[in-house]
Amino acid sequence: MQAAALSGGFSDPSTDGARAFRAVMQAMARPGRIERLEGAAPPAPMSVAAGVVALTLCDPDTPVHLAGALDCDAVRGWLSFHTGAPVVGRQAAVFAFGTWQALLPLEGYVMGTSDYPDRSVTLIVELARLEAAGARLSGPGIAGVSALSLPEVAAFRANAAHFPLGMDFLFCCGSLLAALPRSTRVEAG
Amino acid sequence: MSDYNFAYLDEQTKRMIRRAILKALAIPGYQVPFASREMPMPYGWGTGGVQVTAACLTPEDRLKVIDQGADDTTNAVSIRKFFERTAGVATTEETARASLIQTRHRIPETPLTEDQILVYQVPIPEPLRFLEPRETETRKMHALEEYGLVHVKLYEDISRHGAISTAYAYPVKVEGRYVMDPSPIPKFDNPKLSDCPAIQLFGAGREQRIYALPPWTEVVSLDFEDHPFEASKADAPCALCGSETSYLDEVIVDDAGGRMFVCSDTDHCRARRAAGHVGAEGAPFEEAGA
Repeated sequence: MQAAALSGGFSDPSTDGARAFRAVMQAMARPGRIERLEGAAPPAPMSVAAGVVALTLCDPDTPVHLAGALDCDAVRGWLSFHTGAPVVGRQAAVFAFGTWQALLPLEGYVMGTSDYPDRSVTLIVELARLEAAGARLSGPGIAGVSALSLPEVAAFRANAAHFPLGMDFLFCCGSLLAALPRSTRVEAG
Repeated sequence: MSDYNFAYLDEQTKRMIRRAILKALAIPGYQVPFASREMPMPYGWGTGGVQVTAACLTPEDRLKVIDQGADDTTNAVSIRKFFERTAGVATTEETARASLIQTRHRIPETPLTEDQILVYQVPIPEPLRFLEPRETETRKMHALEEYGLVHVKLYEDISRHGAISTAYAYPVKVEGRYVMDPSPIPKFDNPKLSDCPAIQLFGAGREQRIYALPPWTEVVSLDFEDHPFEASKADAPCALCGSETSYLDEVIVDDAGGRMFVCSDTDHCRARRAAGHVGAEGAPFEEAGA
């Protein structure tokens, strides 16, 4: 393991984690709202926001999948030291990190069961840009309509059609974060 | 600060609760199981709400705790002190100044805002539990969206009493999918659940369930076309502040049948009296200690 893996965690895990969770919760409760996360310095190519999400939500109880370029020694070492989360294949993952292209196809991830729809994956998607423009979102958490620059529309419409089953998405770009739960209806902007 | 970890719970427990809260927000009205912890208070005293609050609190928060609308009853005072001691957060009794409100069985009269979070203490989270005691069955009923039994229960109310007599913990349907127990709030409060700007979180400690309503979520109280839902309250003004619109508690004042009705929301009543409103039995407002 490289020494770099030891740095870049929260300076005060308790309060940094609390503030980070509040931002993630606001994003998940209000789809399309963009929050700013800080406090983590994960190794490239993981974004600051994805790093903060990992430190806030992942631990030895949550198998994690690393897709594409994120599946490298530097990220594995950092994640393992700071969270203790086991790295697994997509079908066993509670959280999956990667770019949209690397995470596809979505068929391999767990969507929950009709008895336990909460037992589903949360995908943390690294995007090159994240802004309140593009696809139109409506549903719980949104007063009227909001907009978000989603990488595509069809996959999210298909996901919402499975409600109450489905996957939930967190989008990261640098230190920015937005969310798209399965309950959100998506239309092309 | 004390020797406790921030907000009492250890970090791994908070992560577990936080993951449950996020899934609860993604599936509005669905009860997410979580590994409820022993808390330094008995079950039935708000251990579910306390764990959800502990997982949500940040050092910048200003906390308000109410017990059936009152800030000054045992349960509210002890939970407020618990978080003053273990999280070092500021507290308040004013609804408008609070960023996080933990409540037992009431929604404050003052409308909530986008910047607030309301955490409910829930005794029995399962709206079907008194109709079907088996968890395996109720889980299947939720999965199949099989809610006929709830309507039968409401219908039996009508056939027996001529009206829907369920007055609290009145079942609601969330976004046309899950039937949810809104915790034992009076049905007077049910309309405030829907399209609320604040995040609403529900924690049941003994029953180990967390569920949630994101802001701007459609919440419909179950009813019939010919017996529509009615948000009822005692037909009287508050004896202290004269409010005609707030939810009232009935207080027995002697052993000869004397009674008075007063606002259940103590902060609402105090603010109205401070603004000069005086009810039939109220004295002019004086600042505490004046």
